[in-house]
Amino acid sequence: MHPIRKKRLTIILFLLAGLAIAVGLTTYALRQNINLFYDPTQIASGEAPLDARIRAGGMVKQGSVVRSDQDLTVEFEVTDFVSSVTVRYTGILPDLFDEGQGVVAMGRLHPDGVFVADQVLAKHDENYMPPEVSDALEKAEASGARAPAMNQ
Amino acid sequence: MYPELGQFTLILALLLSVLLATVPLVGAITGRESLMGFSRPLAAGLFVFVAIAFGILTHSFLVDDFSVAYVANNSNSMLPWYFKFSAVWGGHEGSLLLWILMLAGWTLAVAVFSRRLPTVMVSQVLAVMGMVSVGFLLFILMTSNPFNRLLPNVPADGADLNPLLQDFGLIIHPPMLYMGYVGFSVAFAFAIAALINGRLDAAWARWSRPWTTVAWAFLSVGIALGSWWAYYELGWGGWWFWDPVENASLLPWLAGTALMHSLAVTEKRGVFKSWTVLLAIVTFALSLLGTFLVRSGVLTSVHAFASDPTRGAFLLGLLAVTIVSSLTLYAFRAPVVHTRVRYGSLSREIFLLLNNVLLVSSMLLVLVGTLYPLVLDYMGGGRLSIGEPFYNTTFSPIAIAVGLLLGAGIFSRWKKTDGGWLGRKLLWPAAISLLVAAAVVAGFGNFTPWAFAGVFTAAWVTVATVADLWLKSASRQGRWHGLRRQSRSYYGMVLGHLGMAMTMAGATVVSNYGVERDVRMAPGETAEIGELRFTFSEMGSRQGANFVAQYGRFDITREGELVATLYPEKRQYHVQRNVMTEAGIDAGLTRDLFVALGERVGDDAWAVRIQYKPLIRWLWLGALFMAAGGFLAIADRRYRIRERASETASSTPGKAEGNVVEAVS
Repeated sequence: MHPIRKKRLTIILFLLAGLAIAVGLTTYALRQNINLFYDPTQIASGEAPLDARIRAGGMVKQGSVVRSDQDLTVEFEVTDFVSSVTVRYTGILPDLFDEGQGVVAMGRLHPDGVFVADQVLAKHDENYMPPEVSDALEKAEASGARAPAMNQ
Repeated sequence: MYPELGQFTLILALLLSVLLATVPLVGAITGRESLMGFSRPLAAGLFVFVAIAFGILTHSFLVDDFSVAYVANNSNSMLPWYFKFSAVWGGHEGSLLLWILMLAGWTLAVAVFSRRLPTVMVSQVLAVMGMVSVGFLLFILMTSNPFNRLLPNVPADGADLNPLLQDFGLIIHPPMLYMGYVGFSVAFAFAIAALINGRLDAAWARWSRPWTTVAWAFLSVGIALGSWWAYYELGWGGWWFWDPVENASLLPWLAGTALMHSLAVTEKRGVFKSWTVLLAIVTFALSLLGTFLVRSGVLTSVHAFASDPTRGAFLLGLLAVTIVSSLTLYAFRAPVVHTRVRYGSLSREIFLLLNNVLLVSSMLLVLVGTLYPLVLDYMGGGRLSIGEPFYNTTFSPIAIAVGLLLGAGIFSRWKKTDGGWLGRKLLWPAAISLLVAAAVVAGFGNFTPWAFAGVFTAAWVTVATVADLWLKSASRQGRWHGLRRQSRSYYGMVLGHLGMAMTMAGATVVSNYGVERDVRMAPGETAEIGELRFTFSEMGSRQGANFVAQYGRFDITREGELVATLYPEKRQYHVQRNVMTEAGIDAGLTRDLFVALGERVGDDAWAVRIQYKPLIRWLWLGALFMAAGGFLAIADRRYRIRERASETASSTPGKAEGNVVEAVS
C-alpha cells in the first residue's frame, strides 16, 4: 500500500477505535447509571421499579420526621399532597432540610414500600425549589388534590 | 444618578462594539487602512465604558444603594465591605457584567499586545471579538440589566448575599473562571480571522498559542478554586460532584487542553490545521454552552439563580448563531487547506493526535452525561439524572490512558521515532513507576486495581518528565549550564505535566484511601479513624459580623499526643436565616483532617462527619502547577524574537508566510 494511504488508514483506524471505545463506555455506563425520578403518587401506585436506583421527591410532611436515638437514622414522609412515601436515611441531612420543604432523595425502593435513601438533596436557598418537586406538586394539584398553603 | 450613568455607559459600549464588529471588517475586506485603524481605539473605548459601568455597580454596592434592585437582592448593610465588593458578581446580572468586563479586557489586551501582527489580521480578530461583545451587551441590556431601580419603594435594607457565597473562595473563583472562559474567545477570534483570510498557517498557530495557553491557565486555576471552595464551604468534604455546572467548566478545559497541544503541532509541523481550527471553535462554543447552562437556570444547582425563560432563550440563540455561523464558515473555508508534510506512524505527531482523540472523547463523555438528562426532559422523556458512577467508570480509564501516552510521548521525536529506541527509553521509567505504585499501595495497605493504575500513571508521568529533562540538560559545560539552556516554554511543559501527575496522584489517593465516617456524638465522646482519636470536647457559641455561630471543639490525638484542635461551626445568618456549615479543617501536604457538624440529633448529641483525606491538597496544588506552567511557557523569549521576525516579514507581503515558517522550523 502507498505509505501515505497506509498512514491515513492508521490514523482513521485509531480515531475509529477511540470513538468505538468512547461510545461503548458511554452506553455501558449510561445503562447502569441513569436515575429516573418518581413522585410519591407514582411510587404509591407501584409504577416505580424495586430493583433500580431511583430518585424520589416532594415536600417533607409536617411532623413526620422521626430520629433514632441510637445512630443517625432518620425517617420522614415525602408527599405531593396526594400520596406520600416513607423515606429512611442514615447519615447527615443537608442544612436546608426541614419539614415543609422540598427534597429529592436518591436510593432504592424496598418491597415494604419504604424508600431507603443513600443521598438526600434539599434546595439551595429560600426561593429555590428543585424543578422535579415543583413539577410533581403541579401535577398533583392538576389531578384535583388541593395543596394546603405552605407555611415556611 | 450614578446607576443611570452606568446604564448609559453600557449603551455607549454597545454602540462602540457594533462599530468594532463592522468598521475594521469592512476595512479588511476593502483593503482600506484608514478603516482598519479604527479597531484599536474602538477596543480601548469599549473597555473604558464597560469598566466605568462595572465601577459604578461596585460603587452602588459599597455605598449600600438599595434603590438598585440588584444591590437590594444581593447585599445588606451589615455585610463586610470585602463581601460587598465580591457580591458585585454574586448574582446573575453582576456576574454577566463581570463576563463582559473580562471580554472587553481580553479585547484590549489583543489590541495592545499584537502591534507586530499584520493590520488585516488584527482588525479581523478584534472585529470578531466585537461581535461577541455585541451579543453579550445586548443580552445584559435586554434581559439582565444590573442597574434597574426599585423606585419609589426603596427597601430599607438588602436581602443579603447568599451565605454560601460569603467566602474568600467566591471573591476569586468566578473572576478566574471567567478569565478562562472568555479568554478562549481570543483563540476563537484568531481561528475565525484565519478562516476568513484562508491563511491557516504556522504563523496563525504561533499567534494563537500564547492566548490559548493563558486562557487555559486561568481556567485551570478557576476550576481548582471551585473544587477547593466546594470542599470546605459546601461542608461535606467532597471535591468534585460531577454537577452539571462543574462539568460546564470542565468541558472547555478538556477541549482547551486538546487545543493547546494541537496548536503546538500546527505551529511546529504545519499539520492538523483544520482540526486545530475546529477545536478552537469548539472550545469557545463550550465556554458559551457553560455560560448558557449556568446562567439560564435549566440546572438544579447551587449556581442556578431564579430562572427567567427569556434569558435562557436569548443565550441559546446566541450559542446557536455562534456555532452555526462559525461552522458554516469552517465548512466553506477549511477544505481549502492542504498539507504535504509527512510523519511516520510512530512519531510525536501521532502521540499528540492520540492525546487529542482521548481528550476530545472524554469531553464528549462529559458532554453526553451533562446534556442527555436536559435534552430528554425537554423532549418529554421524564426527569432523570446521571450520577457520579457514570463519570467514574468512563472518565478514569481515559485519564489513565492520557497519562500513559504522555509519559511515552515525551521521549518521542517529530516525524519519526524508532520503536525499539523508544521502548528502551521507557524501560526504566516503567520499572521505577511500578515500584512507586507498589510502595504507595502497600503503604495504605489496601490494593485496588484503580488505585494502583492511578498511582502508577502519576509516577510514570513524573519519572518520564524528569528523565527527559535530565537527558536534555546533559551538557559538556556541566549540568547547570544544560539546565539553563532549556527554554521557558520547555520548563512550562515540564511544570504543566508534573502538575497533571500531582493532580492525578491526589485524586487517586484521596478517592481510594480517604476515610469518611458519619457518627452521632455528644460532648465527651470520641470516634476513631485508624490511630487518630477525635474527641468532641464541648460546644460553644460566638458572634460574627452578620451571623451567630455554634461551634464544637474537637481535639484530635494520635497515641495520646495532640495533633490538632478543630472548631467546626453551624452559622445562622441574621438576614436570610439559613443555617450554614463551616467545617473545621487541619490542612496538610500529606493529609487533611476534617470535622463538620451536621444537625443536632438529641438533647446534646450532634451528627458529626469526620474525615481523613490523604493527599487532597495535591489535587489543587497540581492545578496551580499546571497554570504556572502555562504562564511560564508564554514568558518564553522565542515569542518575542519571532514577533520581530514576522515584523520584517510583514513588510514584504506575500513572502510573509514563507519567512515565518522558516523561522519556526
